[in-house]
Amino acid sequence: MMKRKALDLWVGVFVAIGLGALLFLALKVGNLASFSAAETYLVKANFDNIGGLKKRAPVKSAGVVVGRVEDIVFDTEAYEATVAFSIDKRYEFPRDTSAKILTSGLLGEQYVGLTAGGDAAKLKSGDKLKITQSAVVLENLISQFLFNKAADGNKDNK
Amino acid sequence: MSAVIGFLEQLGSRATGSIHRLGFASRFLLLTLRNSGMCFRRFSLVVREIYFAGVLSLIIILVSGLFVGMVLGLQGYDTLVRYGSSSALGVLVALSLVRELGPVVAGLLFASRAGSAITAEIGLMKATEQLAAMEMMAVDPIARVIAPRFWAGVISMPLLAAMFSAMGVFGGYLVGVRLIGVDEGSFWSQMQAAVDFHEDILNGVIKSVVFGVAVTWIAVFEGYDAPPTAEGVSGATTRTVVTSSLAILALDFMLTAFMFRGD
Repeated sequence: MMKRKALDLWVGVFVAIGLGALLFLALKVGNLASFSAAETYLVKANFDNIGGLKKRAPVKSAGVVVGRVEDIVFDTEAYEATVAFSIDKRYEFPRDTSAKILTSGLLGEQYVGLTAGGDAAKLKSGDKLKITQSAVVLENLISQFLFNKAADGNKDNK
Repeated sequence: MSAVIGFLEQLGSRATGSIHRLGFASRFLLLTLRNSGMCFRRFSLVVREIYFAGVLSLIIILVSGLFVGMVLGLQGYDTLVRYGSSSALGVLVALSLVRELGPVVAGLLFASRAGSAITAEIGLMKATEQLAAMEMMAVDPIARVIAPRFWAGVISMPLLAAMFSAMGVFGGYLVGVRLIGVDEGSFWSQMQAAVDFHEDILNGVIKSVVFGVAVTWIAVFEGYDAPPTAEGVSGATTRTVVTSSLAILALDFMLTAFMFRGD
């Protein structure tokens, strides 16, 4: 039979390693360190087409992550997608900031890109962005290209 | 005709038998939970069992985690490099470990390393009439023997799964960054960008807690229910490993379907 103290010590070491592993996963592997429970404000924007944007996708400005997409709903009056995203309180943007849906890399995930405008007034919680640009849909792009090609071809024949 | 009736009778008795066992196992779990008060008042009982279930499983969990991570690093690199995205190796290794392989493989190892030992121990205690002796001394064997083992398993399992995942990520890092030479910065930064604390890590921990409950429940029940013979104990030990492995895989599918539906 093992002595009580040695047993307690081993179990203590075991629990410490286990909690250490969890901490390693949370801080080094996961994103808990970069996303402290910072206060955020909610901003909405309407898009004609959001492509493959998903909830929790990053919101970036100048390549820096400033927030997350919180909710995506279909607006039944305007027949557009309304995207709500939270932005970190540390980052303030002018009222006339514009939002685009961009893709990171050729096959990467989609994110919302913010470009600051020149207005002196700042965005407040619940504001709606006026200027937006939809996601690029590859099929539309290809069909546009083919139409242009066909139009050019007709011109050459005449 | 009589052969058909005999077959149907056999089928019927099998069906009722397994339902009966399931009901017995559920009542046994309820009884264990109800009699858990004592093992939290005398926590040294649980600590002793954590030593046997957790600490002694440490080596196999750490070594397997390291090797699973290293293999993931090699295989993942082999595939990713074809698409020129070898910098996503960290994401691949971390997500597959944290979401699936960590809880599942650690659970399977735990079932065969600790679950079988629990069953054999309790089964032998029953076969040698130690449990009956306890009852004679007015000591409730469920509170004294079953509940501490159950809680020790439930506590150890998430810790072991976390260690497995952490060790695996380290193994992937060793092979990917140190051996093959993937860029260290993008390995970690892409991993941190893709692995979400709530979505991935917490869900992995929830999975491992569920597996811990399932494996130890099966293990203590099989031990308690084992026929008090040498053959009975050996059969119960085998059943523990088989049933809990199948339970882990089935539960994993259900939990994954609930947790990661892709939105």
